[in-house]
Amino acid sequence: MVQDLGYLKETPSQTAGPYVHIGLTPNYSEIGGVYETDLGSVMVNDKTLGERITVMGRVIDGAGAPVKDAVLEIWQADSAGIYNSPSELRGTADPNFTGWGRCPTSSTDGVFRFGTIKPGRVPFKDGRKMAPHITVWIVARGINIGLHTRMYFPEETEANAEDPLLARIEHRDRLATLIAEKEGSVYTFDIHLQGDKETVFLDI
Amino acid sequence: MSDRSNSKPETGAFFARDRAWHPPAFAPGYKTSVLRSPQRALLSLDGTISEITGPVFGHSILNELDNDLIHNFAKPGESAIGERIIVHGRVLDERGGPVPGVLLEFWQANAGGRYRHKKETYLAAIDPNFGGCGRAITDGDGHYAFRTIRPGAYPWPNGVNDWRPAHIHFSVFGHGFAQRLITQMYFEGDPMIWKCPIVGTIPDKQAIEQLIAPLDWGNTIPMDARAYKFDIVLRGRRSTLFENRLEGN
Repeated sequence: MVQDLGYLKETPSQTAGPYVHIGLTPNYSEIGGVYETDLGSVMVNDKTLGERITVMGRVIDGAGAPVKDAVLEIWQADSAGIYNSPSELRGTADPNFTGWGRCPTSSTDGVFRFGTIKPGRVPFKDGRKMAPHITVWIVARGINIGLHTRMYFPEETEANAEDPLLARIEHRDRLATLIAEKEGSVYTFDIHLQGDKETVFLDI
Repeated sequence: MSDRSNSKPETGAFFARDRAWHPPAFAPGYKTSVLRSPQRALLSLDGTISEITGPVFGHSILNELDNDLIHNFAKPGESAIGERIIVHGRVLDERGGPVPGVLLEFWQANAGGRYRHKKETYLAAIDPNFGGCGRAITDGDGHYAFRTIRPGAYPWPNGVNDWRPAHIHFSVFGHGFAQRLITQMYFEGDPMIWKCPIVGTIPDKQAIEQLIAPLDWGNTIPMDARAYKFDIVLRGRRSTLFENRLEGN
């Protein structure tokens, strides 16, 4: 016999279901008076440093229809590339920026929308800099385990070209699925769950 | 936002997820998963600082009744109808240690299996004193607790005659965004568990059993509420066994 490693197994995931809004965005789901505001609905205030941007888009299923009952969360560094997290040891993040946001896709047109700032670059493990990016996590009815992906910025051509994660994508035509479209300060990032334009999802 | 404790923050990357233990994306018995499951393989990468870090919420976000679903939506002096229960447990990581200071969010149907949601059309009645959401933050030992009513089973349009077992949805943050987890808790002894296509998305019976909360007689409050214990395990962090290398800058 050898020694038991003694590890536990992770609690298995289950779908968030169609009524995920009751728990995560109760005010949006017309359950008023329990929480003052829906957590994650505001990421910035008027003192937040950095370039104000809007990140919006839709989640699209394998039949091309927008998913109108998803909830997205985003996580990103501040404008200086520092995360607002106790596990961040490289410095103190902008106290006026949460770094984390949560938004349901609209029950009418399926659009999600975040008011945030453009993140600074953060290092990869070997010291190389990753291109500016926003981590995205998607849950919904029919999604058994939350999907992780990243949104990158189209104007960051040079940084994207040297990004270690983008470099790992074997089929180069799929890179485009992680790069938002820019119009002024609005970035549109459509997420395709399945099919020809399927977004690259991460096991990370 | 951050609730920094005195202990040194952990910064190791997380254990790789055992995706054979979790449900697969494509599980046709659960029909909605058919068009909402990626068909390409996931791109694997050891956690970077973007996933090792994550939001941590302070107690300042909590109201007094956030962990009391019997009263947090009820009119003054009234309470939700149904079997009064306490659900409590610990949030641990795969290494067995507690995960303190993490936010949990809960949502559920009322005692008749009816959700308070505009998309819900089940004929069972809404309880005017039950909203169905709650939240709590784990203490220094990883404990959490909330009070609620036991949800009812409810029918759903999947198979012709599919019913969900009584369940409570859980959303759990860890200390890193890679630990983010949403799951469902089921109740010991419920025969509906083994008929459910959503439960059935999980391939391993032992993994399903990890979602079943046992009746906790010891913590049952006489003449008030029965208790169920539900421990949650999040991904473990690798020990930072070697920090004498240039990394992260």
